[in-house]
Amino acid sequence: MSFPWAEQYRPKNPVMRWLDEKLPLPRLAYNAIGAGYPVPRNLNYFWNFGVLAGAALAIQIITGVVLAMHYAADSAVAFDSVEHIMRDINAGWFLRYAHATGASMFFIVVYTHIFRGLYYGSYKAPREMVWLLGVVIFLLMMATAFMGYVLPWGQMSFWGAQVITGFFSAIPIVGENIRIWLLGGYAPDQAALNRFFSLHYLLPFVIAGVIILHIWALHIPGSSNPTGVEVKGEQDTVPFHPYYTAKDGVGVGVFLLVFALILFFAPNYLGHPDNYIPANPLSTPAHIVPEWYFWPFYAILRSFTADFILPAKLWGVLAMFGSILILFFLPWLDKSPVRSSNYRPVYRIFLGILLIDVLVLGWVGGSEATPTYLILGQISAAYYFLHFLVILPIVSALERPRPLPNSITEAVLKGESGSRMSETAVGGEQAAPAE
Amino acid sequence: MATVDNAVPPGESPEPFEETVENPRRRDYLSIGAVAFAGVGAGVIALPLINQMNPSEDVLALSTTEVDLSSIEPGQAITTSFRKQPLFVRNLTQKEIAEADAVPLSDLRDPETLEQRTKEGHKNWLITLGVCTHLGCVPLGAGEGENRGPYGGYFCPCHGSMYDTAARIRQGPAPKNLFVPDYKFTSDTSVLVGEA
Repeated sequence: MSFPWAEQYRPKNPVMRWLDEKLPLPRLAYNAIGAGYPVPRNLNYFWNFGVLAGAALAIQIITGVVLAMHYAADSAVAFDSVEHIMRDINAGWFLRYAHATGASMFFIVVYTHIFRGLYYGSYKAPREMVWLLGVVIFLLMMATAFMGYVLPWGQMSFWGAQVITGFFSAIPIVGENIRIWLLGGYAPDQAALNRFFSLHYLLPFVIAGVIILHIWALHIPGSSNPTGVEVKGEQDTVPFHPYYTAKDGVGVGVFLLVFALILFFAPNYLGHPDNYIPANPLSTPAHIVPEWYFWPFYAILRSFTADFILPAKLWGVLAMFGSILILFFLPWLDKSPVRSSNYRPVYRIFLGILLIDVLVLGWVGGSEATPTYLILGQISAAYYFLHFLVILPIVSALERPRPLPNSITEAVLKGESGSRMSETAVGGEQAAPAE
Repeated sequence: MATVDNAVPPGESPEPFEETVENPRRRDYLSIGAVAFAGVGAGVIALPLINQMNPSEDVLALSTTEVDLSSIEPGQAITTSFRKQPLFVRNLTQKEIAEADAVPLSDLRDPETLEQRTKEGHKNWLITLGVCTHLGCVPLGAGEGENRGPYGGYFCPCHGSMYDTAARIRQGPAPKNLFVPDYKFTSDTSVLVGEA
């Protein structure tokens, strides 16, 4: 599970020695996030985002457990109990804003983490399982975030629940019954709110469990690195502690600065004013949109306006789920043996276009459904699938990659460790001479 | 076949017993039977765990709603609540009825005539759920002065579905006409929604 040169856990304290014999938990931590885990020496700051995602989850669980002590999942009082938290509970405003802003921070971090994986080919063999578990975590996060957003029982909560559970009614024949089963009624109401609260409390712990599997699967081959070249010997690695605990510490500090900036100065910037209106089942807000982290998927959902063999509604739902499920096939769609995009001049450009495409989808998803935005969304949605299903396989078959360094150490000594994307791209132009 | 008949009891066999599909042991029969029994038991226990999520009795008890029509003038509509969902009750004008009748069925995504969507002798009373068949928003058009869309019926602000004067889908992403629930006239000025 690790490299042969990994440091061994040798407790000196007799109490720790006793514990190690009975329950080797400190040994597990030592081998996973301590000096016993050798990591490539050239990781850049993009490799901070896994730890940051873990920190974000911890913040969500801690603030969430505390909020649950004051929140009441009853459709008659849910909205008021949230206002009670904001106005009457000691530091309640802080806890709730931290939880709401924390959700956005979690998604910012995870989207960066996913992009890191895309850019540096972290999904490729032998790390496919790490990627697959990551997509599972992402799906669980989306479900958790959606159900959490319903809990304040404002207008956006209610209509978000109505629209998102409506996805299931697109399933032929049994769809409407599935929707009624999920909601426990014909429209979102007490039953739905209560079960969403139950599941919103449960799923973060499921996420934590899948994260353990994600890290376990990662530690079998060990971390990848910006060159994408495998570790060849001891000189290519440094122990996780103190080298990357320190580097991650810097990242956590910056993360907390950004978090505090939003939390204290613009806590409602990423939310919707309409959610401060109590839920009204008889009136839909004029412009309903999900939270920003769902906008790209919402744009894909809305792109289908005409029936074609299947009803437009079903196409929209299939495409929206398909846009995430396609990520499960990524390790097999990209056949290029080169991992890092620093050495893939053509793929790198297309990945940049994909990034812009997703940003455009997000912009369209957050805007009103005017014909101009609709067409822009349709083009962007089409390109999204084109990238994964056509461009990626063709590029990976035809592209001529730049020469790879012989080892991580060689890349580091030549100053092309890939610490900065631009720097490496220039450095990568020169052929790496063999020593 | 895993039957006891063709199994040779251990100990009576002169040679070491070999486990094959053709030659199972009595213990295999017992373990398959035990696991299958436990599996069926687990499946039965799962049923209430799944069924608890279906609408409860009190939700189902709200299944009918009585609506008084006497105060709704032609051209007016009201929004009331049926099974905790909005219900549109519209008194169509002669012009709106004529517009709905003038549309050829071949133009419709979900072909239905106004007759099929109303009760005999009460063609002016269009009673539908106020739930867009796309993703469940409440369309505009029942309230005074609301945008009724280019087809003069209802307009859903969420994703732009447009319904005509018979509340039939004409344009936009919704797949079906606004749903007509079961209802019956209990007198000339009142209907009971939820019962055929």
